[in-house]
Amino acid sequence: MTRAVAALLRKDLQLELRTRESVPAMVLFSVSTFVLFRFALDRERLEGDLAAGVLWVTLLFASVLGINRLFVTEREQGGFDAFLLAPVDRTAMFVAKALLLFGFLSAVELVAVSVYSVLLLGPSPFQAFPGLPLVLALANAGVAVVGTLVGALAVQTRARDLIVPLLALPLLLPIVIAGAEATAPLLAEGGAEALPGRWLAILGLYDVVFGLIAYAVFDFLLED
Amino acid sequence: MTRRYGERLALDGVTLSLPAGSTLAVLGANGAGKTTLLRILATLLRPHAGAARVLGAALPEEGWRVRGRIGLLAHDPLLYSELSARENLRFHARLHGVAAARIEALLEEVGLGARGDEPVRTLSRGLTQRVAICRAVLHAPEVLLLDEPYANLDPAAVAAVAPLIGRASGATRVVISHDVEGGLAEADLVLGLRGGRAEVLAPPASADLSGLYR
Repeated sequence: MTRAVAALLRKDLQLELRTRESVPAMVLFSVSTFVLFRFALDRERLEGDLAAGVLWVTLLFASVLGINRLFVTEREQGGFDAFLLAPVDRTAMFVAKALLLFGFLSAVELVAVSVYSVLLLGPSPFQAFPGLPLVLALANAGVAVVGTLVGALAVQTRARDLIVPLLALPLLLPIVIAGAEATAPLLAEGGAEALPGRWLAILGLYDVVFGLIAYAVFDFLLED
Repeated sequence: MTRRYGERLALDGVTLSLPAGSTLAVLGANGAGKTTLLRILATLLRPHAGAARVLGAALPEEGWRVRGRIGLLAHDPLLYSELSARENLRFHARLHGVAAARIEALLEEVGLGARGDEPVRTLSRGLTQRVAICRAVLHAPEVLLLDEPYANLDPAAVAAVAPLIGRASGATRVVISHDVEGGLAEADLVLGLRGGRAEVLAPPASADLSGLYR
């Protein structure tokens, strides 16, 4: 399976580098949303719960854009058929797409968090290290797993653009709650507080549970 | 085999057997069920009733046994338009565990050695079809499922790809064609479909195709 996952990942990265359809759009969306929040809240500096909430809502909506595009090339250019004809484990596509989405989200967050710290964030983002990357990585894993499942389901329908947010947003709500709760102490005014282990555990549990569900059902989504 | 799309019967109780190494020409008007038949044999569609066996494997349950032994040249080229011919073929070679040297040999054979690094979207339909043929035969399949294989090809290109997808390939072939004369010339057996039903199933010499396109 490793060979197939590597082949799919390599191909998807080549396509993203050529078309630049996903990551730049997600980054631009994130930056635009931070600007909107700045004016809508009429605040120049955010910290604590509010800073965490704005960050996670923005990242969640940006991830929907990535989920929407995840399988479009496979659908429109026959990638599904070509893959299904190959003598490889079908789970390889799930693993490759989830890793790809994880990578996209990480790249977007690298830029988005930097911009956020300049535009809106009160406390220095460096005070949130290394807790924030850990929370982001756990949340990204959950978004990648659920996003891949939802993306594969939605791309088979005509109302793809509608189905993705309708399915993904409720399913990803626990990630937003746990992510925001885990991030808020890291962005507290006057220095980061301890990382709340309970919320990290919830993020980890979410990743494991949805990872197993996705592993069990993904093959069926590829069938006619 | 029977296959429905909603209420419509796309394939209605078609029964046939094709010996290894021989060629079946599938003829019929648009919407007759030709592509549906091809997709079932390629393990991409499930028959809703009946059964199919390809290379001894019952489909779809044992589809995993024959994937990698089937080459499909579909109506769509199944190529990523932003990638070059070479990149597309490398991707498929990795999935099928085929050596890179095979890619170069195929590109040279179909006359695309010099243009193999151009994105597929910049190639003409004929050149794209040549790349699609390379993709379909990359893993030297024992069964070739070909939907209009010579579409958009000039005579020189037809001659170039003939050793890959023609009788000389040695594969068992199912060939959809709208070129009745060309289809009959290549076939050992002719299947004429009309409204999803097998109206004709006979050797070319005795096949009566008069009612097929009415």
